[in-house]
Amino acid sequence: MNINDWKGIWVFAEQEEGCLSEVSLELLSAARLLAKKRPAEICAVLLGHRVQILADQLLAYGADCVYLADHPSLDKYLILPYTRVVSDLIGKKQPEILLLPATFLGSDLAPRVAARVKTGLSAHCTNLDINERGELMQVVPAFGGKVMATILCQEHRPQMATVRPGVFRKGEPRDRKGTVENVPVEINPDDLNQRVIEVHWEKKTAQTVEEAEVVVAGGAGVGSREDWKWVESLAEALHGAVGGTRPPLDEGWITEGQMIGQSGKTIRPKLYIGMGISGVIQHTVGIQDAKVIMAINNDPNAAIFQTADLGVVSDFRKIVPLLLEELKKLSRDKTVS
Amino acid sequence: MDIIICLKPAPDPKRWDSIQLDPVTRALQREGIQSVLGPLDKRALEEGLRLKEAHGGKVTVMAMAPPSARENLVEALAMGADEGYLLSDRAFAGSDTWATSLVLSTGIRKIAGFDMILCGSYSLDGSTGHVGAQVAEFLGILNVSQVVAVENIERGKLRTKSLAESGYRILETPLPALITVTREINTPRFTSLFGVIEAENKPLITWSADDLGVAPGKVGFRGSPTQTGGVFMPEMRRKAEMLSGEPEEMVQEIVRKIRQALG
Repeated sequence: MNINDWKGIWVFAEQEEGCLSEVSLELLSAARLLAKKRPAEICAVLLGHRVQILADQLLAYGADCVYLADHPSLDKYLILPYTRVVSDLIGKKQPEILLLPATFLGSDLAPRVAARVKTGLSAHCTNLDINERGELMQVVPAFGGKVMATILCQEHRPQMATVRPGVFRKGEPRDRKGTVENVPVEINPDDLNQRVIEVHWEKKTAQTVEEAEVVVAGGAGVGSREDWKWVESLAEALHGAVGGTRPPLDEGWITEGQMIGQSGKTIRPKLYIGMGISGVIQHTVGIQDAKVIMAINNDPNAAIFQTADLGVVSDFRKIVPLLLEELKKLSRDKTVS
Repeated sequence: MDIIICLKPAPDPKRWDSIQLDPVTRALQREGIQSVLGPLDKRALEEGLRLKEAHGGKVTVMAMAPPSARENLVEALAMGADEGYLLSDRAFAGSDTWATSLVLSTGIRKIAGFDMILCGSYSLDGSTGHVGAQVAEFLGILNVSQVVAVENIERGKLRTKSLAESGYRILETPLPALITVTREINTPRFTSLFGVIEAENKPLITWSADDLGVAPGKVGFRGSPTQTGGVFMPEMRRKAEMLSGEPEEMVQEIVRKIRQALG
């Protein structure tokens, strides 16, 4: 393989039911940042059925070109047809870099494609850069975020990486010109043995933790479903989103999409308030980009205080009711004035 | 139903605080930290044992790991697996997920026949979640990631419920297939004393690179498409202003801080 023949930065544009995922647009921003260091054409790879309309959106958010694979067999995501289309396209066009979202879909597709085209893949990058040799530096967490490693893929192409939602910021859509190239889709009947019986859509919560300006999060120390209501009430009072660590997810107080940290979301709100959170690194790695970190915990030695800007040593059950009162007063005053 | 469980012994998370960077070599010092099976390893095994209980057959556990991980496989045998394979060789050291998957799939091929392979969705340490899909690709079988429930198996077809961005998906997949499991799938059983005693007499075989017939240059550091360019420990420390005392007073200060932050 002559790696110098491989050119361009690709972004896998994830769509479901004709809707592009936010993180796909964030990855276009990442691609543009990389292209500043290593000038390259940025291409989005879009698979689906009757999804042509999304191509314009991809151009507006930073793609120079869109490879569009539109076919009835690609309507709902299935691992084998998607792997084949993406792998064949890689073989034909030889991109230097391929970024995919670290979503359920992207995390399923990326390793299978990497195995098929025989290249390296890194997971859940928290940063991407180009080094002096022009290689993609992929910064990934290990050991729950205690250790960060820079991964390189020196002798194989494309250099593949998945990136979690919220790591890069989506840009402003601009009226940009670009090309849309239809990719001929040949589906192997053997790839269609798996069937989607049902796709269940859960109601989207009003605000996601990665979008919210305020995130109120709770941990195991919250103790019960009953006391979890304090986390929710405070989030509501501050017009913020509710998040949590692993134990609240296990208890069913939050859903998968609300978990913050290494195996969940990376957030960057203006204000994060954590309560009943001890501060294990698996969680704190996901909040370090918050502007202000506030922690309430009755254990003065809780690790969360080491990564906080304001530490409140107290029982949140005492603090939150009073805080809600104060906030109510404030918003009343505001309405009056 | 012949079932293979791929396990990933990893340094005990309770001891991660003692992981340090060597100040000179910048290499990760994790020696002396015992490896353990992760919660997802145990759930994959539990699901395999339940499938065997429902459909008959055999449960085989397999791991690519240093020789010391033998005791993790013994634990899996004590939990109820029928036999174990430890793929262990110096030549495997430094394998990335691509090379690891190549070794595991070669080991699986050497065992004659299987209907299902189960793994945890993520390992404890690297947490890439790549190996399941890559083993499936190397074996040329279907895979389903992040399974929260195996709903049924009928006429050679597996029905699963798995996580998706939108909620979940129900998929029907012909066997043989590989699935990766999440925390929700089950609660693993405890190991009984009887299980521990029984485990001593169960077959536990170690295979080297030679036994598997993999060329040393195809795996390990040299065979891995990715390299680690360097490791560092992120500095996340902030200087917290600490409040304690009467809740009423603290709340005033909290409100001030909130207004400042949202200013």
